[in-house]
Amino acid sequence: MLQIKPVLAALKRHKAGTVLIGLQIALTLAIVCNALFLIQQKVTHLSRTTGIVESDLLTVGSEWTNASGVEVGSLVRTDLQTLRQLPGVADVGVSYGYPLRGGGWNDGVSTKPDAKQSAALAWRFFVDDHVLSVLGAKLIAGRNFRPDEIRVVDSHNLVTPAQLIITKALADKVYPNQSALGKPLYIAAATSPSTIIGIIDHLQGGSASSWSDAISDYVVLEPKLLTDKSNAYLVRAQPGQLSAITKVVRTALFKTNRMRIIPDGEGEGAGVRSFAQVREQAYKSDRGMAIIMSVICAVLLIITAAGIVGLTSFWVSQRRKQIGVRRALGATRGDILSYFLAENFLISLGGVLAGIVLALGMSLWLVMHFETQRLSLPYVLVGVLLLLLLGQAATLAPALRASRVSPVEATRST
Amino acid sequence: MFAYYFELGLRSLRRNPVLTALMVMAIGFGVAASMTTYAVFRAVSGNPLPDKSGQLFVPQIDNWGPQSRKTGGDLPESLSYTDAMALMHAHKAVRQTAIYPVGFTLVPVDPSSQPFAVNGYAAYADFFAMFDVPFQYGSGWQGVDDDNRANVVVISNELNQKIFAGANSVGRGIQLDGRDYRIAGVVADWDPRPRFYDVNNGSGFGDAPDVFMPLTRAIDLQTETLGNNNCYGTTGQAPGWDGWLHSECAWISLWVELPDANAVARYQSYLEAYAADQQHAGRFHWVPNIRLSNLMQWLDREHVVPKETTVSLVLALGFLLVCLVNTIGLLLAKFMRRASEIGVRRALGASRRQIYTQFLTEAAVVGVAGGLLGLLLTAFGVLGISLVFEPEIARLARLNVSLVGFTLLVSVAATVVAAFYPTWRAARVQPAWQLKSN
Repeated sequence: MLQIKPVLAALKRHKAGTVLIGLQIALTLAIVCNALFLIQQKVTHLSRTTGIVESDLLTVGSEWTNASGVEVGSLVRTDLQTLRQLPGVADVGVSYGYPLRGGGWNDGVSTKPDAKQSAALAWRFFVDDHVLSVLGAKLIAGRNFRPDEIRVVDSHNLVTPAQLIITKALADKVYPNQSALGKPLYIAAATSPSTIIGIIDHLQGGSASSWSDAISDYVVLEPKLLTDKSNAYLVRAQPGQLSAITKVVRTALFKTNRMRIIPDGEGEGAGVRSFAQVREQAYKSDRGMAIIMSVICAVLLIITAAGIVGLTSFWVSQRRKQIGVRRALGATRGDILSYFLAENFLISLGGVLAGIVLALGMSLWLVMHFETQRLSLPYVLVGVLLLLLLGQAATLAPALRASRVSPVEATRST
Repeated sequence: MFAYYFELGLRSLRRNPVLTALMVMAIGFGVAASMTTYAVFRAVSGNPLPDKSGQLFVPQIDNWGPQSRKTGGDLPESLSYTDAMALMHAHKAVRQTAIYPVGFTLVPVDPSSQPFAVNGYAAYADFFAMFDVPFQYGSGWQGVDDDNRANVVVISNELNQKIFAGANSVGRGIQLDGRDYRIAGVVADWDPRPRFYDVNNGSGFGDAPDVFMPLTRAIDLQTETLGNNNCYGTTGQAPGWDGWLHSECAWISLWVELPDANAVARYQSYLEAYAADQQHAGRFHWVPNIRLSNLMQWLDREHVVPKETTVSLVLALGFLLVCLVNTIGLLLAKFMRRASEIGVRRALGASRRQIYTQFLTEAAVVGVAGGLLGLLLTAFGVLGISLVFEPEIARLARLNVSLVGFTLLVSVAATVVAAFYPTWRAARVQPAWQLKSN
């Protein structure tokens, strides 16, 4: 049976060391469980699905240097033809706005005209009749746009479209507990309604930033080609043909018409991006934060463990004589081992109790200053378990060494 | 004496290589994590215009009403065209400029090279004097060019290099979106970080602008804003360009130069009077609500320092704290192990002060070693920053002389501070007791 009293009595003689280990455990717990929580949030954030088939998809942004109005309509049609004739291309659509694009257009939508408070804020994607199938988004009710429904307009003269396709999430939001199919929807300042002709299962909005999390699944598709905005060609490649198409697409477009800009580079502004790149860039900072937090957690745990090993070793070497005496008086190796493990357990327990308070305080501070979410209790529990185990593991080596101290030590003078 | 203590310290550290390595690593990692995140924080939180930031102000006007703030929003961060023009024409500040981001395309004469995008700002002539813009050639355009809505531009040094191979291009022509402009000046390398006059549109750390042109001309040409266009309650907005121009959509930034507190107070009351006038005229159906922020207040309000940056700095500092607590514990173990040595030294006449000096020197040696390790790790950290932060922010963080000095200083100072308690304990060792027990 463990003797708590002698352990406590011994700790009283090593107040400073005890407090230091306890403090270190408390601080580590506070940081580790907050960091774990943030990591989990980032990971959840970046594992959201887009609702499209992401492989074999290429986005090509091209802007005209001089064209405007109706002219853009015919130029885009020529481009689409060029792209569709490229070897390895399955289909091509043109769109202003696509999932994770990095910004775009959002507006309020409502079910009644002149509503002072709109029912929801939603992303507006302006698409042609190919986009749905190119993206691989699943239509769960109604129909896709027909070619003759696509209007060529500029962004200052947006006529209210007769038809709309919306996501299921938005449909459930504006028309809860009923089918939204065939119902009217007013976009932004529209005075006349558009009819919802189709509902898609899921489609993510144009940004991965946390400001847009609330509207991430609310998307309205309008059958339009905007002549004054940077449209993107969405190219669906046949399996395995993506890299071949990526190599030739720029040259092919410039051969058709030189008066355009397709930005170079690899970053968010680049003209030609595979959807894998789009996703990677959209979640760059989320992933980076998760990595940095994991590294900090790992190094922190290692350092705390090292600190425990260091101080416990010191205590063991300080008490060799006492250990010898105990052994000589009949204590088994197991008794010595469990003594040091119990000592560490007591200190760790004190440390984690203080750490829980610190962790909650730190979480509260983060919530107040950075609008993060409140730390949930399971993370604290995981952190507590982690640190108690870590403490025991770190004590094991010095404690084993202590248990091997020979009873002869009792007779030595130092 | 110091050299002697230094040697003693080295010898003692060599005696327990594992313990020493632990301390050096703890300090090294702690300092490196803090310094890497601090490098980023310093890069984004600086004052872009230290000499003038107290005299530059941004007015905000509530043209949407309290209803728009129900969901927790704030005053619109830009002005509507109507308000921006009213404030420009009133001319109540020493200098003032409305600004919005614009983009053009430039088609090179050489048919083998591809057209490229030229981005910049539409502004007023005062822009250049207000923000102390340095010129390589020529100067900004004149106020009269604003009034005449002249086809004139100021281009960047970089664009000048690209098209005119760096020659003095003042007075020459340049074609943007197929229209001819006369070049009034070439800006020398100038890109304040953050780009304070446009933080409401981008991160404030993007690529430097290539071109500036009179805002009056840009409006005539119906040049779209490349920045945010925020509309609220657009019901009733007329279609087309003019409809948008006269809507309550907010998309223009306004900056005013107010040299002293009196001027600030006068401008404040002018803004209040303006908003009250709008209320009387029936445009605003609410109590006038305006705000005037100076440059640094504005950067703060616009959250120019990204959330990630501050959170990681806080975590890294917490990390350093743990490392320090760890070091205190290890130093305590190390010093107290030598109680008998201290007893002998004290018995032979060493004063407490001398014990202090000896042990603090030993700690400083650990600090220097930890600092060197920390420096190495910081260098790796700065290289790896682009993993975590946006590339435009990551490339601002550099390992320069001041960061190197600061890293070493922090690690030595932190270790010496951490050593105070263990040293105090060491100095309190009773010589008699130690000698007796031996």
